[in-house]
Amino acid sequence: MPSVVTANRLNDGIVVYLAPDGTWTEDIVAAARAESEDEVKALEATAAEAVRERLVISVYPMPIEVKEDGAVDPISVRERIRASHRTTLTKDWYDVPL
Amino acid sequence: MYRYDEFDHAFVNERVAEFRDQVARRLTGELSEEEFRPLRLRNGLYLQLHAYMLRIAIPYGQLSPRQLRQLGMIGRKWDRGYGHFTTRQNLQFNWIKLVDVPDVLAALADVEMHCIQTSGNCVRNVTSDPYAAAANDELEDPRVWCEILRQWSTLHPEFNWLPRKFKIAVSGAAEDRAATAFHDIGLRIVRGPDGENGFRVLVGGGMGRTPYVGQVIREFLPKEHLLSYVDSILRVYNLLGRRDNLYKARIKILVNALGIDKFREAVETDWEATNKDAVDLPEDEIRRIASYFAPPDLPERAPRDEALAARRESDSGFAIWYRNNVLAHRVPGYASVVISLKEPGRTPGDASSDTMDLVADLAERFGHNEIRTNYTQNLVLPHVALADIPALYDVLAEAGLAVGNNEMLGDMICCPGLDYCNLANARSIPIAKEIAKRFEDPERQAEIGKLRVNMSGCINACGHHHSGNIGILGVDKRGTELYQITLGGSPKDDAAVGTIIGPGFRAEKVPEVIDTIVDTYVENRQEGESFLETWRRVGAAPFKEALYGAR
Ligand code: HEM
Ligand code: SF4
Repeated sequence: MPSVVTANRLNDGIVVYLAPDGTWTEDIVAAARAESEDEVKALEATAAEAVRERLVISVYPMPIEVKEDGAVDPISVRERIRASHRTTLTKDWYDVPL
Repeated sequence: MYRYDEFDHAFVNERVAEFRDQVARRLTGELSEEEFRPLRLRNGLYLQLHAYMLRIAIPYGQLSPRQLRQLGMIGRKWDRGYGHFTTRQNLQFNWIKLVDVPDVLAALADVEMHCIQTSGNCVRNVTSDPYAAAANDELEDPRVWCEILRQWSTLHPEFNWLPRKFKIAVSGAAEDRAATAFHDIGLRIVRGPDGENGFRVLVGGGMGRTPYVGQVIREFLPKEHLLSYVDSILRVYNLLGRRDNLYKARIKILVNALGIDKFREAVETDWEATNKDAVDLPEDEIRRIASYFAPPDLPERAPRDEALAARRESDSGFAIWYRNNVLAHRVPGYASVVISLKEPGRTPGDASSDTMDLVADLAERFGHNEIRTNYTQNLVLPHVALADIPALYDVLAEAGLAVGNNEMLGDMICCPGLDYCNLANARSIPIAKEIAKRFEDPERQAEIGKLRVNMSGCINACGHHHSGNIGILGVDKRGTELYQITLGGSPKDDAAVGTIIGPGFRAEKVPEVIDTIVDTYVENRQEGESFLETWRRVGAAPFKEALYGAR
C-alpha cells in the first residue's frame, strides 16, 4: 500500500500533502507516493525540513489506496474527511467514500 | 449587562497585542510549534482536522446585539460565514487562519469579548441558566455570581496551572437548566435556614471517560463567602489533584478517590484557615457588580393576548412552535423565546452569519437588546412581550428559524465529531441529521413528548451523551464507526449517567435504533410518564429485548 505525507499549513491550518517537487498541495491526488519504507523516510525528511521552514505543522505519513481510475482513497474515514476539505453533511453519506 | 471598565479594556487589549506579537514570532520562527502551542491554546486557538478552530467565550451565555453582529461579521470576514454554539455556551469558528487571529481578537475586544479561559488547565468560562432574570422559578440572578467568579478567576496566579481544566456552572432557579451536577463545581442558589439566599455547592461532577454526578460538599454556603470557599476547593484540588496521568487529573477523580467526606474535610480545614476577608468581595463591590445586571424595565402587560391566542387556534405550525419554544416569564405579558438551531438537515448548534445578524435585529426589535446562548446549543431571547410574538415568529419562519422543537427529540445536542474534531473517533453531525429526518414530523415528536437525545463523537463527551435520556457515543471499531447507546441519563435535578444498553450499532442503523427505543418507551409508558420515569420503572429489559431480542 503506498503512503503519502500529510500536514496542516502553518499560516492557515489547511490540510496539505507533500508533492513530488517538495511543495505542499491541497490535492491528495497530486501527493508524492512512497512505495517503500525508505521512500516514506525520505518524504518524512523533506517534511521535517518544511516544519523547520515553518511551512507546515502536524506532519505524519498515512497509507492510501489508488483506484483503477486513478482516484486516491485515503482509506480511513478521518483521512477521507480531511482530504475532502469539507464536512460530510450530505444526503448519501453512509458508506460512500465522500 | 456587565460593561468593561478601564482596567478590563486595557487588560484585553494588552492580551491582543501580546498574542499579535506571539503570532508574529511564530511566523518568523522565533517560536517553535512546541513553544507556541500552549500560548495559542491560552487564547482559545486549537488545530483541528481541517484548520484552526477559535473558541470564543460567551460569559454565562449572554450577548448584546452588537456583540452578536460582530460575531457574524467575524464569521463572514475571517471564516466561512458560520459558527458553532457549544454546550459550554461558547462559540467556535472552524476555519480561522492563524495569520488572521490577532485581527479577530482585536475585533472581539472592540465589543468586550475575548478567548481567554476557553482552553487550558485553568478555570474555564463560567456557564449559567439561559433564562436568568426572566424565569419565574428563579430565586436570584446567577449571572452576578458568574461575573464575580469570572473576575476572580481571570489569570488568578494560583489557579492558572491546575492539574486539568476546571468548569463551573451556576443556577439560581428551582429547575436546574445549567447541568450543574456535571461540572467540576456546580452552584445552586438556595434559600437558607434564615430565609437568606446562599449556595448549595456540588463538586466532582463531569463527563468524559469517567462520568460522575457531582456530590454535595456543602448544603448551604452563605453567599458572601462564595469566593473564599471556591478558593479552598481549588487549593485542595491544586495540591492533591493528579498531574501524572491526564485521564485521572480532573477533580472528579480526586473527589471519588478520597471520598466526598475526606475531600470535604480537607476543604473545610483549608477554609477555616483562610483569611476570608482577604478573598471574599466586600458587600458594596457585590452590589456594584449586581447593578450591571438590573433586569430591563418591563412594564406589566395583559397576561393574555387575544391576537396571539387566535393565531394559536388558526395556525398549527405556530401553535407547535409556541408550545415548545415559548417559555413562561416572571413578568405578566412577557415570555422567553427559544430560537432553535436544530432545523432538520442542518448541523445542530451551527448559525450562519446571516442568522446572527437577524437574531441581533430581533433582539433589538422585540427582545430588549438581550440574547442568550443555551448549553443545549440554541439561542434565547429572554424578554419578549407576548403581543410581539406573532411578528417575531413570522420573521423567524421566513428565515427558516421557526423550528418548534425545543427540548423535544429534534433538539439534539451534538458535538462536531469527526467532521471537524481532531480527537474524534466517529462522526456525529450526519447521524444527528439522519435522526432528525426520521423524526421530522412534529406530530410524532409531540406524541413522544420531551426527550433529550445527546451525541458525542468520542468518549470526551463534549456532546453530553452521558446525560442524555438517550445518549449516542461514536467509537472506532477497527476502522468502522460504531455507535454505542446509553439510556437513562439526565442533566437535571435528578442527574444521572446513562447506562450502556448493549453492543454498538453501525451508523446507518442508528436512526432505526432510536426509533425502536422510542417505540418501546411509548408502548411501556403509563399516562403522563416521561422517558426517565418509564426507564426507571421498567428497567433495561424491554429496551434490550426490543433492540437485541431477535438475535
Ligand atoms: C473541537 C475541539 C474540542 C476539543 C479538542 C475538545 C476536547 C475535550 C476533551 C479532551 C474533553 C475531556 C476532558 C476530560 O475528561 O478531562 C472535553 C470535554 C468536554 N467538552 Fe470538549 N472539545 C472540543 C470541542 C467541544 C465542543 C464543540 C463542545 C460543545 C459542543 C465541547 C464541550 C465540552 C464539554 C461540555 C465537555 C465535558 C465536560 C467535562 O467533563 O469537561 N467541547 N473536551
Ligand atoms: S466529544 Fe470527542 S469528537 Fe466530540 S468534540 Fe469532544 S473531543 Fe471532539
